[in-house]
Amino acid sequence: MGYCPNTPDDIRDMLAVIGAASVQELFAPIPPELRAKSFDLPPGMSELELMRLMREKAAACGADITPFIGGGIYDHFIPAAVDHLASRAEFYTAYTPYQPECAQGTLQALYEYQSAICRLTGLEASNASLYDGGTAVAEAALMSLRITDRHKVVLDASVNPLHREIVTGYLHGLSAEAVVVAPDGCASDLARLMASIDDETAAVIVQSPNFFGSVQDFRELAQKAHDHEALLVVSCYPIALGLVASPGEMGADIAVGEGQSLGNHVSFGGPYFGFIATRKRFIRNLPGRIAGETIDHQGRRGFVLTLQAREQHIKRHKATSNICSNQSLCALRGLIFCAALGKKGFEDLGLLNYDKAQYAKSVLGAVRGVDLLNPGATFNEFTVALPKDAAEVVQRLLDKGVAAGVPLGQYYPGMERALVVTVTEKRTKEEIDRLAALLEEVLWS
Amino acid sequence: MTKFYTKEHEWVEMAGAQATVGISEHAAHELGDITYVDLPKIGKNVKQFDALSAIESVKAASDIYAPVSGKVTEVNQALDEAPELVNQGAESQGWICKLEGVNEAELGALMDAAAYEEYLKGL
Repeated sequence: MGYCPNTPDDIRDMLAVIGAASVQELFAPIPPELRAKSFDLPPGMSELELMRLMREKAAACGADITPFIGGGIYDHFIPAAVDHLASRAEFYTAYTPYQPECAQGTLQALYEYQSAICRLTGLEASNASLYDGGTAVAEAALMSLRITDRHKVVLDASVNPLHREIVTGYLHGLSAEAVVVAPDGCASDLARLMASIDDETAAVIVQSPNFFGSVQDFRELAQKAHDHEALLVVSCYPIALGLVASPGEMGADIAVGEGQSLGNHVSFGGPYFGFIATRKRFIRNLPGRIAGETIDHQGRRGFVLTLQAREQHIKRHKATSNICSNQSLCALRGLIFCAALGKKGFEDLGLLNYDKAQYAKSVLGAVRGVDLLNPGATFNEFTVALPKDAAEVVQRLLDKGVAAGVPLGQYYPGMERALVVTVTEKRTKEEIDRLAALLEEVLWS
Repeated sequence: MTKFYTKEHEWVEMAGAQATVGISEHAAHELGDITYVDLPKIGKNVKQFDALSAIESVKAASDIYAPVSGKVTEVNQALDEAPELVNQGAESQGWICKLEGVNEAELGALMDAAAYEEYLKGL
């Protein structure tokens, strides 16, 4: 087949129809200085040559670098079934696939996705996904304002700083207020969080594992929030839920998180998806669309978009959210990922992450001058203090082919020497040992 | 007791200084199957014709406006479990809430049943 969209003959024919003598004449209304002089493209090449070129370019962009970076987006293994099933045309190219009479498959997939999110978070109702983890946290904050009719949220500073920025941005526009509570070292300061809750508080927003990697139990915090008729919002890392208590078990009213880890590739900022789940009694305040199961007039099982009166195409300015789309295909990948792993596989994956990170903690902790900063429980991420500026150390390690982690100085002034290191199931013992050896080298030679 | 109606299809019935509020039979019929009544919060103070709460049917969501000023003292909890009560009897068991501290003078701005009947004919 031909890969060129327009042959010289095609171009001549089209120009003849509109009466232009040349392409230059067609573009004449555009001032010459705004027109491209030339395109820096090599001549045509074979598929083999092209693949070689793209591999070289990818390597130059860091595809060969071993990542120990997390901070919200994680390098996990993706079973082949995810790419295969998600790229089926029925899912991949479906346009406006929400008319129930013609999109039962899509609606069923979303319904099953919601069921998987409910299982993971330990809550009763999920929507069909949101843009990303950050908007999910912000939507949870808005939900709590609507439910409680209050205007203040308590926001733990160990929640992902990028997500916090989205929350405070949203609240600013609504004249609502976020009370930011500093952590105690690398862990949420539970006492200070509890002391910040009063009868004006709509919700307390926390994250576990938090941005420093610390895993915490928020049961007591949930109780304290509920005593003041406030809600508890827990942002969680879905892969960790194979191992740690779910937000639902801890008494959370809303669970949110970034869904990228569930079967979506790491890429330059997306597309990813956010998930949100809540208790059934709050379902009318859940933003976005919800797929539901029902029966048709002959009693056959079927799927529909349900509770649509909450949405902006019916409720206008009173809708629960101005977000009217969801990340259907990314969410579908999440569902296929969960289904491919199954309950046991999910637990195993959690354990693998935990074990490898524990090993990394022990070898990095043994490097001269390096201190571990999370005395309590962690999952696959932890914070170390270096004897030098972390951003500089990371840059020097990058030159050696290792992305050592996320330097914290950019988000937490005063923590310029702190580094968050992430170890997923994809990192090998050799890679972890190499990180430790290179770190020693960069710090001391 | 006499019912009074608003142009937005709410009714109000007075018992002393307490008012019972709902939506009219006509409104319930026009909305179709009611799926949810967003009951107002007890203790809420409303002014006449301000938004009191909202009601949802299968494919629409509408505001309910306060026919008179007052403070919400009681809501029809039965509607939480059975919003269809509004369809079954919008002007009886499907009442929405009760208001106290009502100024009866405000009723003058409303229609009685006969006037409302006439008003509906003109719609």
